Amino acid sequence: MHPKILAGAAAAFFALAGSAAADPVELQWWHAMTAVNGDRVNQIAADFNKMQSDYKVVPVFKGSYAETMTAAIAAYRAGNAPDIVQVFEVGTATMMAAKGAIKPVYQLMADAGEPFDPSAYLPAVTAYYSTADGKMLSLPFNSSTPVVYWNKDAFKKAGLDPDTPPKTWPETFAAAKKLRAAGLNCGFTSAWVSWVQIENFSAWHNIPIGTKANGLEGADTELEINNPTVVRHVANLAEAQKDKSFDYSGRTTEPEARFLNGDCGMIQDSSAAYGLFSKSLKAPFGVTELPYYPDVKGAPQNSIIGGASLWVMGGKPAEHYKGVAKFFAYLSGIPVQVKWHEDTGYLPITKAAYAATKASGFYEQHPGTETALKQMTGKPPTENSRGLRFGNLVQIRDIIAEDLEAAFSGKESAKAAMDDAVKRGNALLRQFQRNTQ
Amino acid sequence: MERRVVFAGWLCPAVLLLPQMAVTLVFFFWPAGQAVVQSFRRGDAFGLATRFAGIENFTQLFADPNYLASFGVTALFSLSVAVLALAPGLLLAVMADRVVRGAALYKTVLLIPYAIAPAIAGVLWMFLFNPAIGVLAAGLNRAGLDWNYLLDGPQAMLLVILAAAWKQISYNFLFFLAGLQAIPPSLIEASAIDGASPRRRFWTIVFPLLAPTSFFLLVVNIVYAFFDTFGVIHNVTQGGPGQATEILVYKVWYDGVVGLDLGGSAAQSVVLMAIVVALTGIQFRFIERRVHYA
Repeated sequence: MHPKILAGAAAAFFALAGSAAADPVELQWWHAMTAVNGDRVNQIAADFNKMQSDYKVVPVFKGSYAETMTAAIAAYRAGNAPDIVQVFEVGTATMMAAKGAIKPVYQLMADAGEPFDPSAYLPAVTAYYSTADGKMLSLPFNSSTPVVYWNKDAFKKAGLDPDTPPKTWPETFAAAKKLRAAGLNCGFTSAWVSWVQIENFSAWHNIPIGTKANGLEGADTELEINNPTVVRHVANLAEAQKDKSFDYSGRTTEPEARFLNGDCGMIQDSSAAYGLFSKSLKAPFGVTELPYYPDVKGAPQNSIIGGASLWVMGGKPAEHYKGVAKFFAYLSGIPVQVKWHEDTGYLPITKAAYAATKASGFYEQHPGTETALKQMTGKPPTENSRGLRFGNLVQIRDIIAEDLEAAFSGKESAKAAMDDAVKRGNALLRQFQRNTQ
Repeated sequence: MERRVVFAGWLCPAVLLLPQMAVTLVFFFWPAGQAVVQSFRRGDAFGLATRFAGIENFTQLFADPNYLASFGVTALFSLSVAVLALAPGLLLAVMADRVVRGAALYKTVLLIPYAIAPAIAGVLWMFLFNPAIGVLAAGLNRAGLDWNYLLDGPQAMLLVILAAAWKQISYNFLFFLAGLQAIPPSLIEASAIDGASPRRRFWTIVFPLLAPTSFFLLVVNIVYAFFDTFGVIHNVTQGGPGQATEILVYKVWYDGVVGLDLGGSAAQSVVLMAIVVALTGIQFRFIERRVHYA
C-alpha cells in the first residue's frame, strides 16, 4: 500500500474515533439570573462551549434565588443534582454545612490540576465565601454592595447642591428633610432593608453583627444587633419615617420604583441597580458611598457584599469536575469578568479584572461605577467587615425586616425591636446548629 | 322500584375502583403519609444528618408565640374572606336572577374574576394599592389617608382579604344562581299573592331553601381561604408587615421552601391537616343536620 494512502486512512480513522470521543460532557448549571444578567449567563456558557469541545455547559434558569437553591437541594436528595448551582449569599452557611453534598472550589481546582491562585481574587469578595483560614468554598459570581443614588434634579429643586451628596447620616437626614420640604413625597428610602441598614451599616461602622467574627469562625455565633449604635440608627430612621423624610417602601427591591418615579430623592440600594437606574431614570443621578455617623470610631470601614456564588455539587464523576474547573478558570478570566462588570454593574472578582476596567477608562466614562469597589477595598477588612455567615439567614433577614417594620410604624421602640430580632434570630441560629450536627 | 345496579361478583367492581384508588393513594395518601413521617424527624436540608426527633417539632411549634399568632391571623382571614365572598355573591345572584334583558351578559361578566388565578388576582390588587406604584393608593394618599400597607398591618390584612374574597365572589354567585333557579316559582308566587313583600319572601322562603347551597359554599370558601389564597398573600404582602398577614399555609411554605426546615414545616402541615379534618367533620356532623334540604 502506498504510504500516503495509509497515512490518509489512518488520519480518517483517527478523525472518526476523535469525533466519537468528542461527544462533549454535559455540565448542568442552574441559575436564577433574569433579563440582562440572564442573557450574559447564556452568552458566557455559549462562548465557553465554542472555545473547546470536551465539555458543554448547559445553563438552566430555575426561578428565584430561593427556588433555585431549593430545587438543587431537592435534586440532590433525588440523586440528580446539577454540577453547578448559583446560591445567594444568605444560603452560604447552609451549603457550607452540607459536607459531602458539595465540592469545595479550592479542592476542585487542586484535583483537576487547574492553575488557581486565591490571591488573584479580590479578598473583599472572596472572604464571604471562604473558610476562616482563607480556603475558597464557592466561586463568587455576581457580587454587589450597597451604595447611595441621588436624584440631581430633586436636589436642585430642594436648593441642595446637585453635585455634593450628603456624606454622613446627620447630613443625610437634613438633606432628606429639605427634599420633603421641597414637595417630594419621600426624602430617601432603602432597598434590602436588613442587608443595607443593619448588616452593611454594622460593617461600615466596624461593629460586629454577631459574635465569632460574624459567624465566620463558628456556628455557635450569636447576633449582637441590639447594640446602642444600631439602636440609635433605627430610632433615627423611625423618627424620620414620621415626616416621611425617610420612607420605608418594602423589604427587597420594591423601593426602587419610588426612586425611579421621582417619589424619593435618594435611595440606598445595591450597586447592581446602576444598570436599571441609568436605563430607566429620566433625571440625572449620582452614585456615592454610604453615609456614616462621624462620632463612631473607625467609621467608615468597608462595606460587605451581597449577591450569589457558584457552588459545585458533590458526588459527580471526575471528568465532570475537570470540566467545571476549566469553566471556572474561564469564568475568572479578565475578558469575561470585565464584560460582566461593565454590563451588569456587579463587581469583578479578580484584581486583574478591576485593573483592566480601570485602565480602559470605563470609570471616567461612567462616573459612580467605581464607588462600590472603592467602598469595599478602601480599608483592609476587619473581623466585623469581612462578611457574615449565619445559618437560617433567609429567615433571620425576614425577622429583622419584620422588627424594623414594627419600629418604623411606631408599634415598638427601636430597642425593643432589635432585642426581639436578636432573640428570635438566635433561636434560629441554635436550631440550625442542632439540625446540621 | 330499586334502581341499584348489582354486580355479580367482587372482581369487576374492584377493577373499576382500582384507578380511582390508585390516584387517591399516590396523590393523597402517600404524600400525606410522608408529611407525617417527616414531622417526626429533624435534619439539615440535604438530608445528610436526619434523625428521629419524636414530638420535638410539635413542642417547638406550640412554644413559638409567632405560630400561635398565626392561628389568630388565619381565623380572622378565613372568616372575613368567607363572609365577604358569600354575601356579595348571594346579593349579585338575587339581582341577576331578576334581570330579564341581557341576563347572559351580566352572568358572563360576573363570572370573569373566577377565571383569574389567585396569584394574578394578588398582582392586580397590588398594582391598584401598592404605595409606590398603585393608582388607587395615590388617590387615597391624596385624600389625606396615610395608606401604606407595607407598614400598616390592618391595612395589609384588609387588602389581602379583599383580593382573596373578590376572586371567590364569582364562584359563589354561580352556585347561588343555580340554587335560586332550582326554587319552584310556585312557592314564591303563592306568597306574593298572599301579600308578602319581596324582602319577606327572600328571608322566609328563598334563604331557607338556599341553605344546602349556602352550607356547601361555606365549606368550600373556608377551605379556599385556608389553602388557595397562598398566591394572593405571596404576591401582595409576603406575610408582612411584621407577621400581620402570615396565615398558616403561607408559613408552611415559607418554613419548608424558603427556610428549608422540613421537619418543622411537615409538623405544621400535619397540624393543618388535623384542623381541616376537624373542621369538615364538625360542619358535616352538626351543621348539616340543621340544614333544610329541599
